[in-house]
Amino acid sequence: MPFRNFKIIYRRYAGLYFCICVDVNDNNLAYLEAIHNFVEVLNEYFHNVCELDLVFNFYKVYTVVDEMFLAGEIRETSQTKVLKQLLMLQSLE
Amino acid sequence: MPAVSKGDGMRGLAVFISDIRNCKSKEAEIKRINKELANIRSKFKGDKALDGYSKKKYVCKLLFIFLLGHDIDFGHMEAVNLLSSNKYTEKQIGYLFISVLVNSNSELIRLINNAIKNDLASRNPTFMCLALHCIANVGSREMGEAFAADIPRILVAGDSMDSVKQSAALCLLRLYKASPDLVPMGEWTARVVHLLNDQHMGVVTAAVSLITCLCKKNPDDFKTCISLAVSRLSRIVSSASTDLQDYTYYFVPAPWLSVKLLRLLQCYPPPEDAAVKGRLVECLETVLNKAQEPPKSKKVQHSNAKNAILFETISLIIHYDSEPNLLVRACNQLGQFLQHRETNLRYLALESMCTLASSEFSHEAVKTHIDTVINALKTERDVSVRQRAADLLYAMCDRSNAKQIVSEMLRYLETADYAIREEIVLKVAILAEKYAVDYSWYVDTILNLIRIAGDYVSEEVWYRVLQIVTNRDDVQGYAAKTVFEALQAPACHENMVKVGGYILGEFGNLIAGDPRSSPPVQFSLLHSKFHLCSVATRALLLSTYIKFINLFPETKATIQGVLRAGSQLRNADVELQQRAVEYLTLSSVASTDVLATVLEEMPPFPERESSILAKLKRKKGPGAGSALDDGRRDASSNDINGGVEPTPSTVSTPSPSADLLGLRAAPPPAAPPAPASAGNLLVDVFDGPAAQPSLGATPEEAFLSELEPPAPESPMALLADPAPAADPGPEDIGPPIPEADELLNKFVCKNNGVLFENQLLQIGVKSEFRQNLGRMYLFYGNKTSVQFQNFSPTVVHPGDLQTQLAVQTKRVAAQVDGGAQVQQVLNIECLRDFLTPPLLSVRFRYGGAPQSLTLKLPVTINKFFQPTEMAAQDFFQRWKQLSLPQQEAQKIFKANHPMDAEVTKAKLLGFGSALLDNVDPNPENFVGAGIIQTKALQVGCLLRLEPNAQAQMYRLTLRTSKEPVSRHLCELLAQQF
Repeated sequence: MPFRNFKIIYRRYAGLYFCICVDVNDNNLAYLEAIHNFVEVLNEYFHNVCELDLVFNFYKVYTVVDEMFLAGEIRETSQTKVLKQLLMLQSLE
Repeated sequence: MPAVSKGDGMRGLAVFISDIRNCKSKEAEIKRINKELANIRSKFKGDKALDGYSKKKYVCKLLFIFLLGHDIDFGHMEAVNLLSSNKYTEKQIGYLFISVLVNSNSELIRLINNAIKNDLASRNPTFMCLALHCIANVGSREMGEAFAADIPRILVAGDSMDSVKQSAALCLLRLYKASPDLVPMGEWTARVVHLLNDQHMGVVTAAVSLITCLCKKNPDDFKTCISLAVSRLSRIVSSASTDLQDYTYYFVPAPWLSVKLLRLLQCYPPPEDAAVKGRLVECLETVLNKAQEPPKSKKVQHSNAKNAILFETISLIIHYDSEPNLLVRACNQLGQFLQHRETNLRYLALESMCTLASSEFSHEAVKTHIDTVINALKTERDVSVRQRAADLLYAMCDRSNAKQIVSEMLRYLETADYAIREEIVLKVAILAEKYAVDYSWYVDTILNLIRIAGDYVSEEVWYRVLQIVTNRDDVQGYAAKTVFEALQAPACHENMVKVGGYILGEFGNLIAGDPRSSPPVQFSLLHSKFHLCSVATRALLLSTYIKFINLFPETKATIQGVLRAGSQLRNADVELQQRAVEYLTLSSVASTDVLATVLEEMPPFPERESSILAKLKRKKGPGAGSALDDGRRDASSNDINGGVEPTPSTVSTPSPSADLLGLRAAPPPAAPPAPASAGNLLVDVFDGPAAQPSLGATPEEAFLSELEPPAPESPMALLADPAPAADPGPEDIGPPIPEADELLNKFVCKNNGVLFENQLLQIGVKSEFRQNLGRMYLFYGNKTSVQFQNFSPTVVHPGDLQTQLAVQTKRVAAQVDGGAQVQQVLNIECLRDFLTPPLLSVRFRYGGAPQSLTLKLPVTINKFFQPTEMAAQDFFQRWKQLSLPQQEAQKIFKANHPMDAEVTKAKLLGFGSALLDNVDPNPENFVGAGIIQTKALQVGCLLRLEPNAQAQMYRLTLRTSKEPVSRHLCELLAQQF
């Protein structure tokens, strides 16, 4: 957990680092788990997510982020709800 | 349930991304991108109207190129067109492009806002969410103006879908944070609070964030949220692990929502309503109880989520600081974590305990963990955890355990990381002073500090010890005896010499009775250090000498001899010269009485706030450590020096001998106005005239300028000697070849390369440096087909270099076959700072003819740089501390190479300093910091390079604690650009 003017909370998954920048007095563990929650959603959504999925579908990753985090806050934490919404969006053309 | 397979979506995009990924080099990638950009441009400009799909595809490609780090200056209009599409995927890409590449073109903004308006009114929740996300991600003022009034309506409308409410709440939060004036308060605010009761946990999650932010600004308007939050929290906390279904995360019910609710409650004091308060206390107890239960899962996710709630609960308990029972329970819980195998938990436990230590209810409970914390300081592998342990020790220190804690910290200091040494030094100094029962312990502690970490003992610290010794009769004799002993160490830090010089000058008479420390012995001990010291210290020592003349008339002749010596009377430094001249005259013309009056013992310093404490406060970032310092507010009131009102300045001391000597000839230089605020500091530090002798005037600095009067410009400067003659060249080898300097310059910023080449011989260098040590491999290649004979490369130290740099060389074979290469290893140790590089002399016989060649070995002082990262605040503080004119060296010069920021950066890094971003207000400028590591001392260096592209000039400023180093580094570096 290294610091700057804010602090950066990160978690490593294989070769990928997921970082989140929060205020110094924010709850470390809560955000650490928020990262994991996010990664689990990605994993479900892309079915065994790998780096390539994220690169080729970068625009979809943005949608996932927007569903779960907005305006710098946690928006939705229920994996079921997020995935349901994502599948709904997926079906739209 | 695989939702996405790789093939779907846009084929052209996938092909493009694969192409980029297959590029072998940066150039190939740029080529491919330029090709694509040209293609997209022509498509967008073409006559054929593009269908939605192609438009989406190209906009998406542009986005990808942008994300790779290239500039995109077109495509905005096409993206805006996509916004009005009816297809979700097209609209989504349009919004994404707009959010990522925010554009301030007003015409575009009008179109974008129009599209957003339509989507917000569309009653299609998907489109509404897209529009809200876009506003939330951009959050510009224009968008605030356009939508701040609509969003609250959407948020509280009865028919809004849950997902829309979630997005609206956070969207409003973003606008409120960006421009609070635009968000109208109104009847919606009451309804927002009731969102805490919403059925949908996601809505609650989003709404809590909004409410937390709003109630920080208007606590009274949102007071009703307390009871709602408590009841919501209580329902979550008491629910079984499966009750909340979707919102249960690894058997923990709604961890993030719980954390957010607990944070919301931290905006308010404990609830006044007894029932609400009772319910809340029950909640908090439940959380603490749950922490004791066996985990429901072995997964780290489970324990993390659970502990996230626990730590937030403890924060709330600390915030209330009114429930002794809960505080002690919290402390015990954290105590268990101190030995947990998870590093994260140990870190967090130490951090939370620091705040617990400042509560009167839990201070004692925290103290029971002292052994564990000391152990953490000794054994933790992670430096950040050790730092927290040190913080906690500082926070838990009181009279009962001060000796133990201070001695542990001193022990830690010997191995502590450089980055935190200064802070530890300050902490030890403060604790030692605050809890000193007997002053001999205090003096011992500070002298130990100087011994162990002399470089990190700032002026404030050693000024403070002098202040205290001067003010306390009972410790003066002991102090004199102790410094006298400390000075007998063969290598002692310059700060020790300063303290020793001052104390012996004042109180040396107290130990003069002992023949082992008779006046001549004292004098010769001090004088043995004289030549190794910086100008400032030597000036101080000269003052000590004149005091000796007064204290011990028997030393007068010897000291006058020293003062009279050419090296003093004609010293190049004005200050030293002036002191020598004046003291010599004073000692010969003044009568003993006059001498005794002028050189009377220093009067006690007026009591005031410890300048060290002020410094530690400044060092700590806002928020990070304030609890530490404020926490002990009550404890210090009747301690030695604490608690006394700070007086404006010591300059007002009523005695004529107020300054160290009372004989400064020139009036003190008028101090420039003190920097009024931190904001001004920036301007002050960088834009102040370089020649300004001191930035003094705040109480701290006034003290500083009193002890060390900055050299006043006096006419005597005219008498100063010209610079000392150049180093005599060594006799046994020839002078360096004419290009030697140029060759040397090539290696200032790099360590490897070809040092020299002619038709016969090539010399390659490979070197690495760490701290004050270096190893260099020299490769001698015979370019001819004939054997070299009597091949002998040697390293020579001209002049004083022998004492400054030790170079060990290995012999190499005397024959070098044609076409062969031999390697020579050099071990280098930097003993002191040095100015001239060693010479490398290579001699051999080629075809019977003797060849000889002398080069400069590419070892320059900057090789022993250790980069130092520091925050802007620390940088300015240090910069300011090095404000004496002789500490600064500046050069303005023309650029010899094209002015490329990246190249400059690489050079500065190669030079060895750390590059500090976001320090200089002007982003064009470069700011760096580092420490030169030598065996005898460390020299902190700060540098700043200001390129002026128009004039093709640079201005380079170096500040270090040693004058020659500043000048030398400045010269070395200036030749690189």
